[in-house]
Amino acid sequence: MLQFFKKTNFDFVGKRNIFFGISGLLILISVVSISFHKGLNYGIDFTGGTLVQLKFSRHIPLSDIRSVCSKNGINCELQDFPQQHSVIIRIKKGTDEGIAKKIQEIFKSAIPDNPFELERTEYVGPTIGKHLINQAFFALFWSFVGIIVYVAFRFRSGIWGFAGVIAIVHDVFITVGLFSVLNREISITVIAALLTLAGYSINDTIVIFDRLRENIRLYRKETLYQLINRSVNETLSRSIITSLTVFLVLLSLFFLGGEVIHDFSLALLFGVVIGSYSTIFVAAPIVYEWEIRKTASSE
Amino acid sequence: MDSKKFKWIIFWAVLLGSVYFLWPTFLWYRLSPDEKLNSQKMKDKIVSKILNLGLDLQGGIHLVLEIDADKLEKDMNLQDALNRAIEIIRNRIDQFGVSEPFIAKQGEKWIVVQLPGIKDPQAAIDLIGKTALLEFRLVENTAAIEKVAAKARELGVQLKDIYDENHLVKKEFAELIPKGYEVLPGKEEGYFLVTTTAQVTGAYLTDAKMKIGGEYNMPYVGIDFNKDGAKLFAAVTEANIEKRLAIVLDGVVQSAPVIRSRIPDGHAIIEGNFTAEEASGLAIVLRAGALPAPVKIIENRTIGPSLGRDSVNAGLIACFVGLLLVVGFMFFYYKSSGLIANLALILNILVLLGLMSLFHATLTLPGIAGIILTIGMAVDANVLILERMREELRSGKTVRVAVDLGYEKAFSAIVDSNLTTLIAAAFLFQFGTGPIKGFAVTLTLGIITSMYTAIVVTHQIYDTWLSGRQVDRLSI
Repeated sequence: MLQFFKKTNFDFVGKRNIFFGISGLLILISVVSISFHKGLNYGIDFTGGTLVQLKFSRHIPLSDIRSVCSKNGINCELQDFPQQHSVIIRIKKGTDEGIAKKIQEIFKSAIPDNPFELERTEYVGPTIGKHLINQAFFALFWSFVGIIVYVAFRFRSGIWGFAGVIAIVHDVFITVGLFSVLNREISITVIAALLTLAGYSINDTIVIFDRLRENIRLYRKETLYQLINRSVNETLSRSIITSLTVFLVLLSLFFLGGEVIHDFSLALLFGVVIGSYSTIFVAAPIVYEWEIRKTASSE
Repeated sequence: MDSKKFKWIIFWAVLLGSVYFLWPTFLWYRLSPDEKLNSQKMKDKIVSKILNLGLDLQGGIHLVLEIDADKLEKDMNLQDALNRAIEIIRNRIDQFGVSEPFIAKQGEKWIVVQLPGIKDPQAAIDLIGKTALLEFRLVENTAAIEKVAAKARELGVQLKDIYDENHLVKKEFAELIPKGYEVLPGKEEGYFLVTTTAQVTGAYLTDAKMKIGGEYNMPYVGIDFNKDGAKLFAAVTEANIEKRLAIVLDGVVQSAPVIRSRIPDGHAIIEGNFTAEEASGLAIVLRAGALPAPVKIIENRTIGPSLGRDSVNAGLIACFVGLLLVVGFMFFYYKSSGLIANLALILNILVLLGLMSLFHATLTLPGIAGIILTIGMAVDANVLILERMREELRSGKTVRVAVDLGYEKAFSAIVDSNLTTLIAAAFLFQFGTGPIKGFAVTLTLGIITSMYTAIVVTHQIYDTWLSGRQVDRLSI
């Protein structure tokens, strides 16, 4: 039998302050980065704006595109995919529906010897953007409520539900923090990835809670401290292996899935790592911390 | 019939059913583009049985239009106007020829239009966004407009700037423009002083056709009025012989011919230096009727076919490699038991695609990502079960007991963890627009099918294998 982990006996609960410290640090880095960048770098899905992606027939340096844009008074952000000779031009402020057409005409006449094919254009008006942001927060909020209610019902404890949601918020927030550190855009697909991450994160946490529920019935003499350590250790092998398989497919999505879902896979790739971490080191210790405080205050 | 046999019957039914529903899709994507086009035209039944590719995979446009509620006529409420606008836009698109267009109301005053696989997005957008309000208005003599132009030159302003943002004439020009008249721009050049109310409108139209002819053999649009329209038109032309009649489309004068004689038969022509495409587009929008109020495009996503093709290819490769990695890992780590899990995984993908074909669902790029993610997450159930079996084997249980305990004890963890993921997926579906919705659908279906394949199917394989035989070692 091939095993990555022989029967382990780590003291996860005893070292909880170290892990709370690490999480605190990651959250602090996220907060600092977000405030340093003056908020999140929302994509045009949310701010409104125009995106034009052109595929040129030969390689074109970004500096050429930039100079064409600035000559024509277009204030744009550029991103390129050198292998495909493809360039994305984003304009966030003060755009109207016709600007995508105008950009194509400008490039047609400015760079006549390197013709391009239009890959995509996106125009999002400011009202739609506000609508989408509201919807995204609405969806996140209500899925949290749904999860707390379900977990509280299945595990007969509101605390477990909250601990699970704290782990989700932890994972989602730190992933958003990573996007801020890398100065990547939060687009609508990234929001979808964050929602998926929320689902994955709770999925992982539930497995440990399920084992804890079982062990509480089996080992009535053990303290909560011992029970949580036992449960996390017993499920450790599964947690790692599942994360590994998900990680493997995400790697293939990240490297081979194409540019359009690059950020989607990046968010999930990082999210799976942080999600496994929080499942093992954060969610269960939070239950412990909370339960002992509750007992202390009721005595 | 015992339950084991029954389970195998279900298994084969699911497997064959999936293949049956997937078959048309398989046939379809092997057809050449011409054959596809042909069967779409012939309204072949196969078209309604295949797994569609979303806009992001085959190219196309996604538009959100906002209707300008301030410019509605007073007696029309917004909801009626929206419904009427949707009907007119649908008419226009039908004549343009798009397979499987999607047009629907979204929210209070928005209309979503999705046109997959369209070749000339800009022409379609022009067609949809045009209000197409056709009016015939009398032109006041050129002396009056000359005076306005002279005043504008004197003040150094453009003629188009003589109205302020509320479309009220600025006071410097107020006395120069006679009551009941306004200045409208011409399509080619110049400005016209025309009556503010229309003498005849496009509401009386029965037909509009693109024609080629006239003095310079140019494309023009010939229109026919109904009986009331013809009567009005005859009266107007009779009363205004030798005056100019402006043909105004969406506030722009197309042409302003001089009325030579009374026109009794309700035929008129619209000239305006059109290309053939412009003229036939104009004929389409005139036939379909005018929108109840102008619409504004507030979201426009156009995806070219080349990017779509690249995305399909990249998605398929990522899918295949991801599957290979997971299958390889499971076999490497769990040996023969891993193989059983792999069988369940491949069956899961087959069933998932079969179900999507059955529902005639649309596969988007995030949908492919959902399938890939399902591959990674679907083995989780088997990992849980196999890890449980290992634990039981380590504590000295026999193979038979270890297998059964593995399933029994892992069951609650699998159900609870999958149901919570489903909750998140459900809200994703609720929130999602277009592609995201596709992702939520594949993720949701994938979770549901994986529960069957990973729990039921693998268990019955073990059951059949272990029944009536003494097995001492499990390759796990």
